Amino acid sequence: MENKLGISGLVFNEPFLWEKSKHGRCGISIPEQDVEQCLLPSDLTDGAPELPQLTEVDVVRHFTRLSQWNFGVDSGMYPLGSCTMKYNPKTNEVQASLPGLAYSHPLADEDVSQGTLKIMYDLEKYLCEITGMDAVTLQPAAGAHGELAGMLVIHAFHAQKGKQRSKIIIPDTAHGTNPASATLCGYKSINIKSNENGILAPETVAKVMDEDTAGIMLTNPNTLGLFEENIKAISDIVHSKGGLVYGDGANMNAIMGIVKPGHIGIDVLHLNLHKTFATPHGGGGPGAGPVAVIKELELFLPCPKIKKKDNNTYSLIDNSPNSIGRMITFYGHFNVMVKAYSYILTMGAKGLKKVSQLAVLNANYIKESLKHIFYLPYDIPCMHECVFTDKNQEKYNITTLDMAKRLMDYGFHPPTIYFPLVVHGALMIEPTETESKETIDEFIKALKEIAGEAQNNPEILYSAPHISKVSRLDEVTAARKPCLRG
Amino acid sequence: MKEINDLNLPENIKYTEQHEWAKKDGEIIIVGINDYAQDQLGDIVFVELPDIEDSFTQGEEFGTVESVKAVSEIYIPVSGEIIEINSELEEDPELVNTSPYDKGWIVKIKPSNLSELDNLFSKSEYLNMLKG
Amino acid sequence: MRYLSHTTSDIEKMLKKTGNSSLDDLFKTIPEKLLLKKDLDLPEPLTEWDLNQHMDELSLSMAFSPKQKIFIGAGSYNHYIPACVSYLLSRSEFSTAYTPYQPEISQGTLQGIYEFQTMITELLGTDIATASHYDCGTALSEALLIALRKKKKIKKVAVSSLVHPHHRQIINTYFKPLGYEIIEIPFNQDGTTDFSYLEKIDDIAGFALQSPNFFGCIENLKAAKAAANLKNAFLITSFTEALAYGILKKPGKLGADIVAGEGQSLGISQSFGGPGLGILSSMKKYIRDLPGRYVGKTKDKQGRNGFVLTLSTREQHIRREKANSNICSNNGLNAMTACMYMACAGKIGIKKIAQLNHDKAVFFKKELEKIDFTIPFQAPFFNEFVVKVSDEFKKKRENLKSKGIIAGLDLEKYYPLLKNHYLFCATEVCSRKDIENLVKEVK
Repeated sequence: MENKLGISGLVFNEPFLWEKSKHGRCGISIPEQDVEQCLLPSDLTDGAPELPQLTEVDVVRHFTRLSQWNFGVDSGMYPLGSCTMKYNPKTNEVQASLPGLAYSHPLADEDVSQGTLKIMYDLEKYLCEITGMDAVTLQPAAGAHGELAGMLVIHAFHAQKGKQRSKIIIPDTAHGTNPASATLCGYKSINIKSNENGILAPETVAKVMDEDTAGIMLTNPNTLGLFEENIKAISDIVHSKGGLVYGDGANMNAIMGIVKPGHIGIDVLHLNLHKTFATPHGGGGPGAGPVAVIKELELFLPCPKIKKKDNNTYSLIDNSPNSIGRMITFYGHFNVMVKAYSYILTMGAKGLKKVSQLAVLNANYIKESLKHIFYLPYDIPCMHECVFTDKNQEKYNITTLDMAKRLMDYGFHPPTIYFPLVVHGALMIEPTETESKETIDEFIKALKEIAGEAQNNPEILYSAPHISKVSRLDEVTAARKPCLRG
Repeated sequence: MKEINDLNLPENIKYTEQHEWAKKDGEIIIVGINDYAQDQLGDIVFVELPDIEDSFTQGEEFGTVESVKAVSEIYIPVSGEIIEINSELEEDPELVNTSPYDKGWIVKIKPSNLSELDNLFSKSEYLNMLKG
Repeated sequence: MRYLSHTTSDIEKMLKKTGNSSLDDLFKTIPEKLLLKKDLDLPEPLTEWDLNQHMDELSLSMAFSPKQKIFIGAGSYNHYIPACVSYLLSRSEFSTAYTPYQPEISQGTLQGIYEFQTMITELLGTDIATASHYDCGTALSEALLIALRKKKKIKKVAVSSLVHPHHRQIINTYFKPLGYEIIEIPFNQDGTTDFSYLEKIDDIAGFALQSPNFFGCIENLKAAKAAANLKNAFLITSFTEALAYGILKKPGKLGADIVAGEGQSLGISQSFGGPGLGILSSMKKYIRDLPGRYVGKTKDKQGRNGFVLTLSTREQHIRREKANSNICSNNGLNAMTACMYMACAGKIGIKKIAQLNHDKAVFFKKELEKIDFTIPFQAPFFNEFVVKVSDEFKKKRENLKSKGIIAGLDLEKYYPLLKNHYLFCATEVCSRKDIENLVKEVK
């Protein structure tokens, strides 16, 4: 490829903060000492922690250089399957940093906190409408935390019925967080397999669903990027045995304005605001994982809950005897909620539907463009992501990892690799709706060239990436002899 | 990864279905994971060891072996009490890769029922199992 | 729509490639009866102008610092955030990246988090720290779960009643389905935890207490360690005010096995309580027991230093139902923020700011004592303290809101016996004048 997107530019070596430290420097402005100094008893105090001593200039240059070693959505296409790395609109950042929102205290009186309460109340309402569910809690801090909240709701539901159940059904395509969340509620995971079309068959669920099973956790669209078309039949089976259906809404990006989970038999659903609602991932968080439930389960949602009073003011309700309790210190990741709220207000109903349509269009376009080159285990229309494997490259001794690393040289972030676990050597591509046709074409071209290299010049893949700050790292030594601090 | 025929599987020891080995040494049994298991796991980065004096019954999980991206449970080949653990593995877990039957042994057991050894595979039985 | 770039002709070409004739066609695998037949009922989309106006109105309806003087801490503290921290955070290479699973192009996040881990261990006197958790309450719950996992047969923990009430509620939420029992340890007259109560209970896996505690008082961690040792229990300490450790003795050096804390004070905006920064730190022997991510140092193929996420076999994506925790996303960007803040403040700054927090709070307390407010708890405090007020105070406090002053937090809701008790906080951003002004008003 001539004029590859990725080229090597000038980046800097940068030592550790403490290696730049020099005794006597300080990079922060200290307020005036306008009151008398008063020392604590000496048995309580200690010398200051050995933090580095730097000026503001040192700090700015340090982190600017570090940032240049990173790849973000603002740098380029980031087709990380299941993670929905779409563009994070900048106006959302501006709104979240408005002083009344960013500098508000969570325990200030309600009458001086109406703005933040209204944002949360309205966001809950919008998420109800988008999901077709009846009530939402915004407390969970991330997707996995939302799963835990959702599973706690299911646990509380069965406890209230008088007989706790011991198992939960989880398909083999599930995110690892699903079984881990179920364990935190004391449920044993019963793993079931998807069928030859990559989706769940109602019979498979019927075989294991019994009156000691709390319900099923499923992701729809699933992690193969396929819509679970038997969802209604499956939920009927689960409901008939008194179980509940948990929906992992990580992939809601594909179906906004197309399908409402609340209409297809889902009882509890978590959303990832940092996926579907365009809030930045922050290099691993903070995200936000609101949970939506049907009417019957509303009483179990975490406390406090936000209520709109008759005089159009908002207040927090703490006393709710059936609630699972509190999930987080205050109300959740409010700053992230503001960004999602601002996104929904910017997009509107038609905009959100368009988002899902184009996300699905882009994934299918990539699937069709590459399926003759990479092995496609499930050749059926996909939703917002498509999953290839390295089967066709096996004969050249090239793995998914090699191709992923080589993509960096072309200026793209690699897709998700080796997930879902049911597909050997998976390469899971989620372009999202915010990539243009030109960028996607460029990405397709890059992958085609890499497939060619796999055949003709495998060495260049084994040693990839070549132009990043560092090359492949020794993860074995990192784990054998952990060095977690300087 | 190795072909089945290239595996190093000594004759004088017993094998389990989950790829552990057990070797009788006087009154005690030495246990480890075999060449097939270490090869499949790849670079081993950590071995979780039981405590001395812990007791296990045949087939029970007694620890884990970790590579960078996978964790495998290890199961006790014969019932008994742990009398010694290979603490060298704490510093050098790679011994399981480089010397699975010697320096990479995992525990020593005082067996409670020696006849359980007879339930385990011989080399040829184990190879047949692998070939399925 | 300015975030979506396909033109009509792009869409046509792409549909053709996929063998579809319309965008609706793309959803043909979804059974017809499940498809939504009408548009979502959401407000009409706003232009950026209209959005700004709408959000400005909401923002201005709030009490916020520094426009208002809010004398409340209780887990969320108003500290000055240096401009350079906010500025650096807007580097979108940090904010728009995912978890650094591809280390070659994520070295910025990775080195930053490694530096964060290092500075946290300096701050707390511990050996290791994770890459972050959600907040103190969730981190503390996980810390107690570690103790229960390690002491397999024991199903009980002891938690000081002076741990933040919300944190205790979270612990309850986490414990309920697993059937673990929590014993609340009462407090002494001086506003610290009554360790002697521990003697009366048996079989606890861990003992958790917060220092400075919810009343602002500094706990005797050495005595706490002795009490925990007597019961062969883990000592877990927590904190909501990280800056206190700019001057206080470090919990790791006083025997804490695990430290769970809130890092919001380290340059993170209050944002109505979230996101915060959960800190989990411990001594080295628990390295495989802490949940969440770690960044570790290693070398690349050419022998150059580099960083990777490591020890991930403890995590959900590998161990699934056997993982230490279900945590996946953490609060990485806030860890980066704290890293920037600690780098700016440094050894000199953090000590000065911590001392100043204490000085202001002591001044505040003395001024209130001058007008005959009582201080019920006499133990030394950092930047928060409890005040017992007269019956008229509530009304005065209500009136003060219109003057932009929020005078303390009513404790009765959290401790029903503490009627007319308020928790006050002063940080380095309160000026002497702000404090004098408040005292004059409530006199």
